Amino acid sequence: MKDLSLHILDIAENSINAGAKKIVLRIVEDPVKDLYSISVEDDGPGIGVDILHRVEDPFFTTNRKKKFGLGIPLLKQAALDCGGHFNITSNPGAGTTLFASFKLSHIDLKPLGDIGSTMLALICGHPEIRYVLFYEKGDFYYGFDTDELKEALGEAPVNLPEVLMSIRNSINESTGGRAAAMWKANE
Amino acid sequence: MQKLTIDDLKKIKEQYAATFNLRQGGYKAKVTVHMGTCGIAAGARAVMNSIVEELASNDVKDVIVTASGCAGFCSKEPMATVELLGAAPVKYCYLNAEKMKRIFREHIQQGNIVEEYALVMGSETSY
Ligand SMILES: Nc1ncnc2c1ncn2[C@@H]1O[C@H](COP(=O)(O)OP(=O)(O)O)[C@@H](O)[C@H]1O
Ligand SMILES: [Mg+2]
Repeated sequence: MKDLSLHILDIAENSINAGAKKIVLRIVEDPVKDLYSISVEDDGPGIGVDILHRVEDPFFTTNRKKKFGLGIPLLKQAALDCGGHFNITSNPGAGTTLFASFKLSHIDLKPLGDIGSTMLALICGHPEIRYVLFYEKGDFYYGFDTDELKEALGEAPVNLPEVLMSIRNSINESTGGRAAAMWKANE
Repeated sequence: MQKLTIDDLKKIKEQYAATFNLRQGGYKAKVTVHMGTCGIAAGARAVMNSIVEELASNDVKDVIVTASGCAGFCSKEPMATVELLGAAPVKYCYLNAEKMKRIFREHIQQGNIVEEYALVMGSETSY
């Protein structure tokens, strides 16, 4: 994966495939602690202890169409490569939280990339799910919640192309869009 | 780039109400972008963004875009399936944003399959 927003999309797709109805995405950049972290929390069925220790294994997947599952191992590797940590907290029936941290000053830390495009892809692909995004950078704070947006939209669905475009632009602008848009050109 | 302001939302709501009858006819096409790990790593996100951009800029209201999980064709990603109402679904592979735009113009708008990008039928099965 070229950037962290692609990892976030991939990990959130896991939550969707597991049957989550709500997904909370957190991105925190903390220059004081020299820490960058992302987490994806869902209200899906959770992962049983018997499987939990195996999901980090590249040859483990519950998808019958293939023989390996690389999403989690790729993110774990990216975190460990940057002097960070990785963990999954899950309980059957109580959802799953995936957390990855990175040393902010690490030379191999991937850029966040186009998080607006990630949100567009998630909402467009599965508009029925509630997505909440928290973005923190030092003292700066930004939040986005599809439930609030849906309320404001009334009858109009959240996956109308013009709504999706506004969401993408609005999120990118609020989280440092210029850099993200430039990064996207290389995708 | 603009922010999602109250005014934007109001405009979208009004436009939606005004064109509601148009939409009653249902969708004439469905585009499904494969969003498995291999697809995402290969550029599926840009493909999905590209089709949504085309729909928005051409004011197309009767095409629905959705996502599916990994279909097991990892080496041919990014892939998308295009289904015109009443026609057999067509799978496209090795996509990028530009190819998706061409598929939008030629297949979705004009009804001509872009054979150059289509997965050869019968050579692969997802089961
Ligand atoms: N949020 C989640 N809820 C429940 N199960 C999950 C979740 N995320 C991952 N899993 C399980 O872990 C497995 C491995 O995930 P991953 O490494 O992303 O590979 P893949 O999604 O391709 O199978 C999945 O097949 C699934 O069984
Ligand atoms: Mg996965």
